[in-house]
Amino acid sequence: MTKISNDNTQRKAVALVSGGLDSMLAVKVLQEQGVHVEGINFFTGFCVEGHTHAIRKKDRDKPKRNNALWVAEQLGIKLHILDISEDYKDVVINPKHGYGANLNPCLDCKGFMVKQAMSWMEKNDFDFLITGEVMGQRPMSQRKDTMPVVSRESGAGDLLLRPLCAKLLPETLPEREGWVDRDQLLDFSGRNRKPQMALAEKFGFKEYAQPAGGCCFLTDANYSSKLADLWQARGEKTYEIDDIVMLKVGRHLRPKPHFKLIIAREEGETNFLRGYRKNYISLNTVSHSGPISLIDGEADEEDIELAARLVARFCSGRNADLVTVNVIQKNGESRDIDVKPLTADEIPQEWYV
Amino acid sequence: MSEPVLDARNLLCPLPVIRTQNQVEKMNAGDTLCVQCTDHGVINDIPAWCRINGHEILSIDEQEYEIIIRLRVGKGS
Repeated sequence: MTKISNDNTQRKAVALVSGGLDSMLAVKVLQEQGVHVEGINFFTGFCVEGHTHAIRKKDRDKPKRNNALWVAEQLGIKLHILDISEDYKDVVINPKHGYGANLNPCLDCKGFMVKQAMSWMEKNDFDFLITGEVMGQRPMSQRKDTMPVVSRESGAGDLLLRPLCAKLLPETLPEREGWVDRDQLLDFSGRNRKPQMALAEKFGFKEYAQPAGGCCFLTDANYSSKLADLWQARGEKTYEIDDIVMLKVGRHLRPKPHFKLIIAREEGETNFLRGYRKNYISLNTVSHSGPISLIDGEADEEDIELAARLVARFCSGRNADLVTVNVIQKNGESRDIDVKPLTADEIPQEWYV
Repeated sequence: MSEPVLDARNLLCPLPVIRTQNQVEKMNAGDTLCVQCTDHGVINDIPAWCRINGHEILSIDEQEYEIIIRLRVGKGS
């Protein structure tokens, strides 16, 4: 069925597609009404994607896919992936509405993404926006009192339609204009996923992603603690994309306030960190097999020796009297030093970030 | 004219897809592009992105550390 409005135009909606079930359903609900839908997916730098772990060799055999692309393909829609990582920094660093349980600025984030989608919509001559939001499903951004905040602060106003809970919200422009039929929209609320699963079954969706902790690393306590450590060490809340990528990789230990070590946990991470050697002082055990490690921060000779002793602890020579560690400076200058590996007792738990 | 090569090494998905998307936007139908990557996720993602957007994968060369993908830009770009 093609929905034709009074002026005989098929209406076009842009959907925020995360790759999860809710946005998949929201798109399908609109497609069923004959609306032309295309998807937008945002790269913030903090996105959780299965193949972020592709750098870990042990995960290589598991199927990797970008769920947003997969969903778009299932729905037969185009997907536009936008890199908003640079502008997104201000959302993470200065969230007007504060953080959630961790460093997740969910309400500011949603408003920012809708605003970006609005801008895309206007540039590409689309008529309105949709999201897969369900009232009461998320503690910050999907509450009855905060959903209007997103509409208002993003500038989308009543051009923002949430098909899965539209009946619980005031009528939007697409409904008033008859571009979509409000009666065929839904009234989902709360954290119970059964209505979504029933609708998925009705639409014949046999497979869909069910992200356990949302789609953002900032909701993860361990990741947030590494980011907080980074800000504390620098004395200011700033980051570059390489910084936040590095927080996803390796073991992080901070023996001194002014530097930390990123130690690969396995071969895949070693290969990945190898690509960053020009940006950091790198250490690699040569007398024994072991992981590559990078020093993030400014390290003097004493610090480098401590770092080398720490790296030696994580190599196969941890019980040897001496381990030879190759140290490569950022300018490529290379030398070997012999160090005694730290014992387990010499590594305080608080060094682990 | 020689085939353009896009260096997307040391980028994690979806960045290689985004860089490919942005490069293809500047190209014409029928042009070919070679993308160098290190994230093995691209083996699924770049072909999926091509299928959605009407581009053609010409080859995927999976090496130990790198993946080289060649594609031809479709008419829909």
